[in-house]
Amino acid sequence: MSTTTIEPALLLLVTSAAAGLVGSFIVMRRMVLAADALSHVALPGIGFALLLKIHPLAGALFALLLGTVLIWGIERRARLPVETVVGVVFSGALALGSLMTSGDELIQALLGKPTQLGSAEFVIALAGAAGVVAFLALRWRELLVSLVSRDIATSIGIRAWSLELQFMIVFAITVALGVRYLGVLLMGSLVIIPAATAKHVAVGLRRMVAVAVLLAVTSTALGTWIGAVTGGETGPPIVLVAVAFFLLSLCKRAFV
Amino acid sequence: MENILEVDHLGVRFGDTAVLRDLTFALAKGATLAVIGQNGSGKTVLFRALIGALPHDGVLRWAPGTRFGYVPQKLDIDRDLPLTGFDLLSARAGIAGVGAKQVSTALGRVGLEGAVASRPIGALSGGQFQLLLVAFALLADPNVLLLDEPTAGIDEPGQDRLHEVLRSLRAERDTTVLLISHELSVVSGQATHVLCLGRKRAYFGPPQEVITPKTLEEVYGTHVRFHVHDHD
Repeated sequence: MSTTTIEPALLLLVTSAAAGLVGSFIVMRRMVLAADALSHVALPGIGFALLLKIHPLAGALFALLLGTVLIWGIERRARLPVETVVGVVFSGALALGSLMTSGDELIQALLGKPTQLGSAEFVIALAGAAGVVAFLALRWRELLVSLVSRDIATSIGIRAWSLELQFMIVFAITVALGVRYLGVLLMGSLVIIPAATAKHVAVGLRRMVAVAVLLAVTSTALGTWIGAVTGGETGPPIVLVAVAFFLLSLCKRAFV
Repeated sequence: MENILEVDHLGVRFGDTAVLRDLTFALAKGATLAVIGQNGSGKTVLFRALIGALPHDGVLRWAPGTRFGYVPQKLDIDRDLPLTGFDLLSARAGIAGVGAKQVSTALGRVGLEGAVASRPIGALSGGQFQLLLVAFALLADPNVLLLDEPTAGIDEPGQDRLHEVLRSLRAERDTTVLLISHELSVVSGQATHVLCLGRKRAYFGPPQEVITPKTLEEVYGTHVRFHVHDHD
């Protein structure tokens, strides 16, 4: 059974809000490049899912979670910078994914395409988005202390490495939620660009998070509308609107 | 007297390099330990092992109920970070379940004004940020303070205030203080015990026994003119 057009729109907006929230911490943790690259790890998962004839998003989520745990484990054991580890894992994943998907499927996986949403899928995705928001609402204090200093966090009883893994898993879930609409290449942008813009214009954690969420939701709504009017894809206009806000924030920064 | 910390044959390695070897000492509750030694002797590594941030060999035992307040030597903070001092302190207060009043009390103790704590932490001077970290460490009523060169970058009045805070914490709350410092006059004036990390071995004991010309020459590899006066 499929849902009406309201549910996909609602899910897209909730996903955008989650992306703005997660993105705020990604940007503050200086994980922008790593996070963008990590989001591409979804591609081989989609390829495997298509081969096995299971839901592509299940494959994407599985690959993202696997990639996250792998990157976290290698970083912890080898003490390598996360950028280095993600760079290696991402390149391998993209090469593997490109071999496994082809033609329209590859374009759709890379750039996204809204399709009919089953009601079970809607409920699961909504629960995922709610889980992301709940995690950040409960753990923002620990995440904040940990991003300032992992050692200080450890000294007050925060299990910093475990918290980092939990945060990466939440990021992976957020990316998986948006892959359907924005694709493997563009979903990372919705997480990163509104938060990077908010970092420019806001002072204080609450304001930054509020601005990031507002920009992510506005970019999604405007981009979806532009896509509908022009009859084209929705992913690229969403990202272009987010980029436009970012450029405006640079102007504000240059003149204020 | 009850020991708050017992360290037995502690060792820390980074790959093939042993940074700390066979370190043994114990610290009574309410003591003030100054850790001294050349650059690279493992002082910061010792503190990181003590707070549980580094794996180690040997035994490291804190008394049950120990609550740390830790001030690291320096932090690589993104200057553009939109977090304010209040964001950081409020997060700590929230984790500990204490109210906003304690945030104001901690700021007052270190002499930081609310206006300074309202600024982004990347916009604070080195000294202001250091005082903010001390205020952070004082929140939630720690019974052990670990301060890694806490006065580095802080002006004279700030240093005096910090030393006064430590004195009152020791007197009023029996707080145990572990302090890394290069200022031998501060060490000899405040510490009940000194741990001197030398190239060949470590020395532990009261300042009068540890800070001797012979030990200092062995540790620093050059003649250091300093004499500990008896305070009694």
